[in-house]
Amino acid sequence: MTDTTASAAHSDAAHAHDHHDADHKPGFFARWFMSTNHKDIGTLYLLFAVFAGIIGGAISGLMRLELAEPGIQYLEAWSGQQGDAALHLWNVLITAHGLIMVFFMVMPAVIGGFGNWFVPIMIGAPDMAFPRMNNVSFWLTVSAFILLLGSTFVSGGIGNGAGTGWTVYAPLSTSGSPGPAVDLAILSLHLAGASSILGAVNFITTIFNMRAPGMTLHKMPLFVWSVLVTAFLLLLSLPVLAAAITMLLTDRNFGTTFYDPSGGGDPVLYQHLFWFFGHPEVYIMILPAFGIVSQIVSTFSRKPVFGYLGMAYAMVAIGVVGFVVWAHHMFTTGMSVNVKMYFTAATMVIAVPTGVKIFSWIATMWSGSISFKAPMVWALGFIFMFTVGGVTGVVLANGGVDDIMHDTYYVVAHFHYVLSLGAVFGLFAGTYYWFPKMTGRMYNEFLGHLHFWVFFVGVNVLFFPMHFLGLQGMPRRYPDYPDAQAYWNHVATNGYYIMAIGVGIFLINMIWSMLAGKKAPDNPWGEGANTLEWTLSSPPPFHQFETLPKID
Amino acid sequence: MKKIKTLLMAMTLAGMPGLALAQEQAAVASAPVAQAAAMAAPVAATVAPAADAAAPAAEAVKAEKPAAPAPLAPSELGLPHEAAIGLQEVVTDVGQNGRWMHNAVLFPLIAGICLFVLALLLWVMFRYRAAANPNPSKNSHNTLIEVIWTLVPILILVAVAVPSIRLLARQFDPPKADLTIKVIGHQWFWSYQYPDNGDFEVVSNMLKEKDQVEAGQQFRTDADGPRLLAADERMVVPAGKVVKLIVTADDVIHSFAVPAFWTKMDAIPGRLNETWFKVDRPGVYFGQCSELCGVRHGFMPIAVEVRPEAEFNQWVLSKGGKLAGAEAVAPAAAPAEPAPAAPAAATKG
Repeated sequence: MTDTTASAAHSDAAHAHDHHDADHKPGFFARWFMSTNHKDIGTLYLLFAVFAGIIGGAISGLMRLELAEPGIQYLEAWSGQQGDAALHLWNVLITAHGLIMVFFMVMPAVIGGFGNWFVPIMIGAPDMAFPRMNNVSFWLTVSAFILLLGSTFVSGGIGNGAGTGWTVYAPLSTSGSPGPAVDLAILSLHLAGASSILGAVNFITTIFNMRAPGMTLHKMPLFVWSVLVTAFLLLLSLPVLAAAITMLLTDRNFGTTFYDPSGGGDPVLYQHLFWFFGHPEVYIMILPAFGIVSQIVSTFSRKPVFGYLGMAYAMVAIGVVGFVVWAHHMFTTGMSVNVKMYFTAATMVIAVPTGVKIFSWIATMWSGSISFKAPMVWALGFIFMFTVGGVTGVVLANGGVDDIMHDTYYVVAHFHYVLSLGAVFGLFAGTYYWFPKMTGRMYNEFLGHLHFWVFFVGVNVLFFPMHFLGLQGMPRRYPDYPDAQAYWNHVATNGYYIMAIGVGIFLINMIWSMLAGKKAPDNPWGEGANTLEWTLSSPPPFHQFETLPKID
Repeated sequence: MKKIKTLLMAMTLAGMPGLALAQEQAAVASAPVAQAAAMAAPVAATVAPAADAAAPAAEAVKAEKPAAPAPLAPSELGLPHEAAIGLQEVVTDVGQNGRWMHNAVLFPLIAGICLFVLALLLWVMFRYRAAANPNPSKNSHNTLIEVIWTLVPILILVAVAVPSIRLLARQFDPPKADLTIKVIGHQWFWSYQYPDNGDFEVVSNMLKEKDQVEAGQQFRTDADGPRLLAADERMVVPAGKVVKLIVTADDVIHSFAVPAFWTKMDAIPGRLNETWFKVDRPGVYFGQCSELCGVRHGFMPIAVEVRPEAEFNQWVLSKGGKLAGAEAVAPAAAPAEPAPAAPAAATKG
């Protein structure tokens, strides 16, 4: 989108004698544990996300293993306990999988990782506006993760760990879960939320105040736009979550009754507050992926993004409308018919800006000159898979149809198509796209494609049958199912194995390429890649843009 | 207290045969003239079974309670099927409506959109690959097409919204209830109270497998239903009647769901949620708790047995309940053996 006259990388050398040497790196401990460098913090976030993703993904593997056959096969062995305590492990697994993937995998990767790495560079800024806050933000995420993992070692009622689901609905999370595990999980969410709020403040300030001369808002790359909208969603939604779970804590520990009807409270109040955060949260996860895909599609079609303003404001529209549709998660709580009608209609409206984005990506490719490098293949996969996940959202938006779909595997299929095949495809696309820039080495193209195809087949075999299970009425969060549902559950589990092989290929590719990949040029993608990061060396200097680039 | 209750029950039972016969006549008399001829044959045929049904009730006066009718065996309806890919069959009008909305409106629409997007993607991937189109255009705007791809989805959504909103309105427009049942979710079982029938309560627990129970305890047989779906006590309702459910819970949130009825209503402590269904077709229909409620969330099934009125009455008596007042019984006894078609015609509207 942006043409640039930047030559920042070259001017850095001229300042080599300067005290703030562009490549003067602090010692190991100071560099990685007290970092104020946006690229280092971005790297920390990405490594953290990979680590958390492996844990969260392994947990889903345990769940698919248990679900491969009807009956309870493994829970007793894994928990070392019998009966209800073994079944509690199941709820701990679903809770941990949800929280880890949302708060410790997708969000740290797209916002903390790619956002930190590339937002300052793309707007021509030397760093984030508040580098120390950036560091605090990262270490709060780590602390939150430790609290969450720690919660699995203390009592959550019948067994160890919090078994409330990632939504932590009251009263299951209050009177239904004695023991400190849920308290630890709530504190974990508090810290993760605080971390994200700090990050959001940082991004908003950086984007509004630190753009290079000539980089107007309407010239910003779409990835920066996506992070800007995401940051506002975080800033506005997370305080509501903080309030909701603080009331959970006081209900649990200090005798308040915000969610307890016996004291005049209401369990449904929690759901309203949670989903007022929770719905924007799903856009928080997907919007940065939109931004990444826009950059990649433009780069590998060697064309500017089609309908740039439409693309940017579609994201703004998705963000705004995303705040007024939350109760479609609550269609079966006994809402009045008028409320249900409103939320049905409002939810369907989101399909419009989303459609604009899908069609604009296709129009960007139209009459372009497309080269199918690994990032582009992932972006194409994203567009189609996100469409599949999006349209089932239109089905679920219908309050009258949701009566049968709600809390079934149809919903599980829907949100894994938009997140596990949407946001995660966006993540892989971004990883391959920026890998040469971040590491200075090329990834292995063959392994990148192989990873795509194995993963693509795997996740589809894994998640598509879940539509069928849901239509047949299989409820979510069940460790066992009637024998008639064995077939598709078995297929889904086989899909998991395929997907896991794909992840293995990815990790091998990353490690091998980092150690022995070919040296990457400054811009490996050619003329289509015209954002500022490609004007820098690969990897970029420790401090970039000591002389600000000028944007025409 | 209990004595008085038993006495009252005994008196009601004793009056039963005569009452039932009287109502048979009343029902025939009040039937519209046009239908009278058509109705005459089945009614005549049903007089005998109705009396039969009442007879054991009368005998049972000596005993405490009459025997419950034998549970219905599960059919093809009301449960999931191996390797099936679509919605379960539904047996309520609201369900038919919703199923139509999904199968005839939404599914073709979303499948069409997916195929359309896939076709566009494949086309651009093929036609504009670098080898086929080495020089990309620099075109990045076309106001007309942008307006089109904004407006067309809006029009499609408006078109979808009309039946969607209508469906919602229908679900929230219950006819006058013939029977009210209070559904209470517990960790981890359901209980059903029948306030119209003397407020008795049945407690419904999942039936375990033979190898999971100690000798002498009840275990699941195939007549009870599939594994994880069978319950020791079912919620029994009369066929062709509007059943109003008052749904609540006494510990954490549960959700009462029966896919074949298109019914799902959260059971929330401190709230009385209301929903309804009317099923004409006798049979047993299964559902499962649909809101995470703790460790045995997956093991508190719902089994609803829809029975002809007389059998429902017999069941009520067997549970120590009493039959609703005369005005409720009056229309009840007539379709004692509802052939699937007849009540549907009679109760439509």
